[in-house]
Amino acid sequence: MESSSPSRSRSIAPVVAMAAAVALTLAGCSSSSGGKKSDESADGASAGKASTPRMKVALVTHQSPGDTFWDIVRKGAEAAAAKDNVELVYSADPNAGTQANLIQNAIDQKVDGIAVTLAKPDALKDVIAKAKTAKIPVVGLNSGVSEWKNLGLMEFFGQDETVAGEALGNRLNTEGAKKAVCVIQEQGNIGLTQRCDGVKKTFKGTTEVLNVNGTDMPSVKSTITAKLSQDKAIDYVVTLGAPFALTSVQSVADAGSKAKIATFDLNKDLTGAISKGTIQFAVDQQPYLQGYLAIDSLWLYKNNGNYMGGGEQPVLTGPAFVDKSNVDAVAAYAAKGTR
Amino acid sequence: MSGTQHAEPAVGTPPASGPEQADGRTARRPLALRLLARPEVGVFLGAVAVYVFFLVAAPPVREGAAMANILYQSSTIGIMALPVALLMIGGEFDLSSGVAVITSALTASMLSYQLTMNVWVGVVVALAVSLGIGFLNGWMVVRTGLPSFLITLGTFLILQGVNLAVTKLVTTNVATDDISDMDGFGQARKVFASSFHIGDVQVKITIVYWLVFAALATWVLLRTRYGNWIFAVGGNKESARAVGVPVTFTKISLFMLVGLGAWFVGMHQLFTFNTVQSGEGVGQELIYISAAVIGGCLLTGGAGSAIGPVFGAFMFGMVQQGIVYANWNPDWFKAFLGVMLLGAVLINLWVSRAATRR
Repeated sequence: MESSSPSRSRSIAPVVAMAAAVALTLAGCSSSSGGKKSDESADGASAGKASTPRMKVALVTHQSPGDTFWDIVRKGAEAAAAKDNVELVYSADPNAGTQANLIQNAIDQKVDGIAVTLAKPDALKDVIAKAKTAKIPVVGLNSGVSEWKNLGLMEFFGQDETVAGEALGNRLNTEGAKKAVCVIQEQGNIGLTQRCDGVKKTFKGTTEVLNVNGTDMPSVKSTITAKLSQDKAIDYVVTLGAPFALTSVQSVADAGSKAKIATFDLNKDLTGAISKGTIQFAVDQQPYLQGYLAIDSLWLYKNNGNYMGGGEQPVLTGPAFVDKSNVDAVAAYAAKGTR
Repeated sequence: MSGTQHAEPAVGTPPASGPEQADGRTARRPLALRLLARPEVGVFLGAVAVYVFFLVAAPPVREGAAMANILYQSSTIGIMALPVALLMIGGEFDLSSGVAVITSALTASMLSYQLTMNVWVGVVVALAVSLGIGFLNGWMVVRTGLPSFLITLGTFLILQGVNLAVTKLVTTNVATDDISDMDGFGQARKVFASSFHIGDVQVKITIVYWLVFAALATWVLLRTRYGNWIFAVGGNKESARAVGVPVTFTKISLFMLVGLGAWFVGMHQLFTFNTVQSGEGVGQELIYISAAVIGGCLLTGGAGSAIGPVFGAFMFGMVQQGIVYANWNPDWFKAFLGVMLLGAVLINLWVSRAATRR
C-alpha cells in the first residue's frame, strides 16, 4: 500500500516483494466465508446524464479525514455531479480558517457554484460575501441550519441538529427509558453538542453527557464501560456516530449492563446490528441526500433559476428513523456506502 | 523493581556484564535514597498517589471489574509505550507510531477481505509492512543523521494520508469491511483480543501481554548485550561506536520494535472491533511518548527503564477512566487529565531531585 508515495517505493520494494511472496505462498489460504467474494459489487445511483453545458461546482466541507459520514456526503455529491454534467471540486478541512481559504480558492477558480458546510459560520462570513460579490451562487449543507440565511446563502440542505436530538429524546420517552448517556466523540463540536442538548430538552428522564476520545477506539470502549459501571441506572446509550454505537455494544457487554443503544447516523455494519437487535434504532440525516441536493440545486439554479425551499426555508434531510421495522429497505444502500 | 541504567557506565564496562554500577558515589548513600533516585520509583509513587486519590474520590474504582477496565485501557497504551520507551532510551523517538497502528490494522483487514483469504494471511503481511515502516524510519534516521523528529513527522503525515487514500481507493469507503465472518478470524481473535475470568471479573488478554512484554523488555535492557547497546547509543553515539557497539543495527532494530508493537496493537484493534476507520490513531503517538516520559525515560536518551512506562501507562488509564468513575463534569475531562499528569511528573521530578541532592 506504500506504492502511492514514490520516494519510498525503492526502499519498500523488498517489503512489498516479501509481502507478495508470503501472499503467494499462502494463496491456498483463501477464506471460505465472508470477504469480498461474498459481497457483490454495487454501483451508485445513476439517473442518466444531462446534456446541459459542463459547469464547475466546488464542495467545501469541514470534514476531518477518515470519517465514514463525510464519505457518504461526498458520494451523493459525486452522483449528482455525474448526472448533471458537473465537474465537482471537493476540498475539506476541519480548521475553519483553512476552510475559508479553500472557499477563496474556489472563488479564484471562477466556479459556477459553491456548496459549503457552516460548522463555524463566523469564520466563513467574509469569504462568503466575497463569493456573492463575484456573483457565484452559494448553498449550505449539513451544519449551519440557523445561520445560512444570515450569511446570505441561497438554499440549505440538512438536518436541524437540535430538532434531531429532540426527536431522539421523544423516541426515548416512548421506549420507556429512564436515564440516558449521550456520548460525544469530539469535544467542542457544536453540532454534536446541539444533538445532546436536543435529547436533554425532550427526554423526560435524565441525560448525562460523556466525552470520549474518538480517534482511539479502545479508549472509547473503556470509557463507556467505565460510565456504565459507575452508574448502573443508565438504561440507554446514545452515540453520535455509527462506529461509536458499534463499539458501545461491547462496552455494554463488558460492563454487564442492560442498557440499550441508539445512535445518530448510519453505516453498513450498523444496519446489520439493527436487524440483529443489538442496536435499537438510528437517526439518519441522509448525508447522501445532503451532498446530492446541494450539487443538484446549483445545477437547477443555473439551468432553470429554481430555489429549493423557496429561498426561505431550509430543506430538511432528517431526522429519519431507521429501526428494525424498516432496516431491511435501507440495508442494501448502506452496504454500498450510500446510506 | 531495579530497571535503570545510565549510558556512560554501560559504555565503559564490557557488554553483558551485570547492570550494577560499581560507582563509589552511589554505594555510600542509604538504600532508600538510592531507590528514590531511580526514575521508576518516582513514577511508581505517582501512580500510587493517583490510584489512592481515585480510590477515595470514585467508589466504583474499588471493584474488580473497574480495575480490569482501567488496566485494559492502560494495556493498549502500555504495549506501545514499551517499544517507544526503548527507542527513547536509544536516543530517538517516533511520531508515526499512532497512525502506524492503524496502518497495520488496515493492511491486515483490507488484504484478507479484498483477496478473500484467511485472515492470518493479512496478519502476516501486516507484520511485514509494520516492520518495514520501522526499518524505513530507522534507516532514514541513521543514513541522513537528521533528527528523528523530522523523519518520523514525515512518515506520520505519509501514513496518515496513505491510510485514508488507500482505504478509500480499495474499499471505496473510508472504513474497512467487516471481516468477522472470515476464516481464521475466531483464532486470531483468541490470540489478540480474547478475555478470561478471574472470579467473576472479566480480564482482557492484552493486560497479560502487556506485563509479559514489560518483563521481557526489562530483561533485555538489563541482562543482555543488546540492552547495553540501547543505553550506549542513546547516551553517546560516537563513543558507543568507538567501543564497538553496532549503532546502525541498534537504532534500526529499535524502530522496527516500535513497528512490532504497532502491529500487535493494530491486530488487537482489528480483532476487537472487526472494522477499522482510516482516520483513527492520530494523536496517540503523543500519549505513548508521554507514558514513556512520565515513566522516567529522558527525551534526550541514554536513561530510562521498561518498568517505568508500565506505571506511566497505568497512570493514563487510571486518570482517564477514574474521571468517569468519579462522575465529574465531562467538560473538564482533558483539563483534569492534564493537571493530574503534570502533577505526577512534578512528583516524579521532586522525588528524584530530593533523592539525588544529598
